[in-house]
Amino acid sequence: MQLVNLHVLDYIILAIYVVFVLGIGFALKRYMKTSSDFFMSGRSIPTWVTGLAFISANLGALELVGMAASGAKYGIATAHFYWVGAIPAMVFLAVFMMPFYYGSKARSVPEYLKMRFDERVRCLNSISFAVMTLFASGVSMNALAKLLHQLLGWDYNVSLWITSAVVLVYVLKGGLTSAIYTEVLQFFMIVLGFAPVVYLGLKDVGGWDKLTATLGQVAQHPMAVDLNTKAFQTNAWTSAWQPLLAGPTSNPMGVDIFAMVFGLGFVLSFGYWCTNFLVVQRAMAARNMGAARRTPLIAAVPKMILPVLVILPGMLAAALAFTAKDGYRLPPLPIKNIPAAVQAVKTAPADPVAALAAIKQTVGLKMNDAKLTALVAASKTLTDEQIKTRVQDAVADNDYDGVILSLVKKYCPPGMLGLALTALLASFMSGMAGNVTAFNAVWTYDLYQAYIAKNKSDEHYMWMGRAVTIAGILLSIVCAYLVSHWSNAMDIIQLVFGFVNAPLFATFLLGMFWKRATGTGAFLGLLGGTLTSALFHALTSAAGNVPGIKGGYLTVLQVFPSDMAQNFWLASFAFMACFLLTAGISLATARTKTDEELKGLVYSLTPKLKAEEGPWILRPAVLGVILLAGCVVLNWMFF
Amino acid sequence: MLDIRWPIGLMFALVGAILIVYGLITGSDAGLYHRSLDININLVWGVVLVVFGGLMLLFAWRGQKTAAPK
Repeated sequence: MQLVNLHVLDYIILAIYVVFVLGIGFALKRYMKTSSDFFMSGRSIPTWVTGLAFISANLGALELVGMAASGAKYGIATAHFYWVGAIPAMVFLAVFMMPFYYGSKARSVPEYLKMRFDERVRCLNSISFAVMTLFASGVSMNALAKLLHQLLGWDYNVSLWITSAVVLVYVLKGGLTSAIYTEVLQFFMIVLGFAPVVYLGLKDVGGWDKLTATLGQVAQHPMAVDLNTKAFQTNAWTSAWQPLLAGPTSNPMGVDIFAMVFGLGFVLSFGYWCTNFLVVQRAMAARNMGAARRTPLIAAVPKMILPVLVILPGMLAAALAFTAKDGYRLPPLPIKNIPAAVQAVKTAPADPVAALAAIKQTVGLKMNDAKLTALVAASKTLTDEQIKTRVQDAVADNDYDGVILSLVKKYCPPGMLGLALTALLASFMSGMAGNVTAFNAVWTYDLYQAYIAKNKSDEHYMWMGRAVTIAGILLSIVCAYLVSHWSNAMDIIQLVFGFVNAPLFATFLLGMFWKRATGTGAFLGLLGGTLTSALFHALTSAAGNVPGIKGGYLTVLQVFPSDMAQNFWLASFAFMACFLLTAGISLATARTKTDEELKGLVYSLTPKLKAEEGPWILRPAVLGVILLAGCVVLNWMFF
Repeated sequence: MLDIRWPIGLMFALVGAILIVYGLITGSDAGLYHRSLDININLVWGVVLVVFGGLMLLFAWRGQKTAAPK
């Protein structure tokens, strides 16, 4: 990645943002009187604010970067992560699950599990959640520090510690409210920071029709820009469902329809949106039951249209690269050891074939032969700096994660550049703040108060919350260093996330809708589901991967067409295992909770909610149906 | 409790105003805006941000007025 020279104006915009988030923290400090204020915002936040925070907690920088990357790699089918993989689950959370979360007076998702089942289930869920949030926050901060280093030339360590310190100050002062407020600020930053980039990109390509026409050519010749190794039908990048229905070999994702709809649309999506405390915590901070239920519904509206902002840039980049508009190309993967690469070019053997082989050996990435040959021929007359630029440009492997930044750099003059970069920075920092606030609530309520220090004063838990905020940020920094120094760490973390998350929804589904489900059933089912994930992963592989960390290290029974297909199928298996084990073991074990104890926790034992305040159009079920209809229309438009 | 619309409104109005001023100063610099397809994006988007920030401030002010009598 090439360095960007920021104008003093860009730094001013960045500074203004930092001053405002810190200011919000200090302004909220005097409202933080009890632990409930600190961990749950005193359940007093307006609905539109919790709604936007709900969506924003998920719209981290990794999401921004990752969705643009997928937009380039897979085209419009990436929107399935929104229209299939989010909206239905958000509606389900609002209509069916929120009454139990909010109505049970549980302060966290693990605490609900304790009320519904027993301590074992809570303990298992809270520990795995606490570890995951720390790693998620560490991954986010590592990515931020790396970005600041590569893009602006700042020192990695300084970037990491300074940005963490900013987050620390405002979370310490304002607790969950600070995190929620800055998430809302970040939401508007992202929308207003990236909208002009998308507009300019679309205008540059020549409008939507020109874009689909160009992407039609991309689909037939994806090799030309190293997007894929084989050709597809013309609609592979521009149609969401047809290539999927035609089978895994006909879409660049390499996914079949069952894996997409059941694996992503049901298991993974419901598992994330309905059980992840990071997002559910935002809804729990709402004023009352009606507001809590409307939170995910309000969030669903921007979620439906976000693909325009996060996926479209990737598609634009693919089209711009294909036509090489103004010399644009997808950013190449950075060469790790650039001085060695420059040296290899300068000392390349006279024989062209041997020269290319020697340089490729040093660089360790896929290279463009024509560009490399030209470079070697001209190397005698070039300065080191010129060789450095050209050898980097000769790399053929695409750095998809750099796509969004490459567009920002291409279109933004000073001023706009500051705004867009601040938006990105904001989303990294609020990613950390969101995880840290979820972590300190789960630690304090579900681990510290439950097992270490019961019956202490409220001030004590408030103090603990502040102390654990500091500890949580320090541990996140440790995780960031771990991820940055040990390149396999990232893969392993994502793997373990998948193992733990995949079966989770089965536990909640049975717990909330089947009064016969028992604590022992839930606990063993959850363990069994996680083990099934691990075993499934050890026995299957994806095309193009060698057995090892990517799967199949025991033996390879099944090879999936892509990592994504393997992942979706893994989730499906883990869910089924957890579901069947929980149901079977529950039937074999005695119930430990009476109907009376489960009132308010299980659907069939909870009295129907009384007619709510406000007009009928604002009822969650009505809004949910409207949203689902909108979602169907979107899917149909891009069928 | 602090109404979030105040800081949002203030921040975007401020950033928007800065972009407008910078856009006006550099408006004649064609080279600077070549990359944004010859649109003075700082000026245009600065206006959008000021309008957005102003609306947020307006809502916050109205919210405060209706909440005050209680």
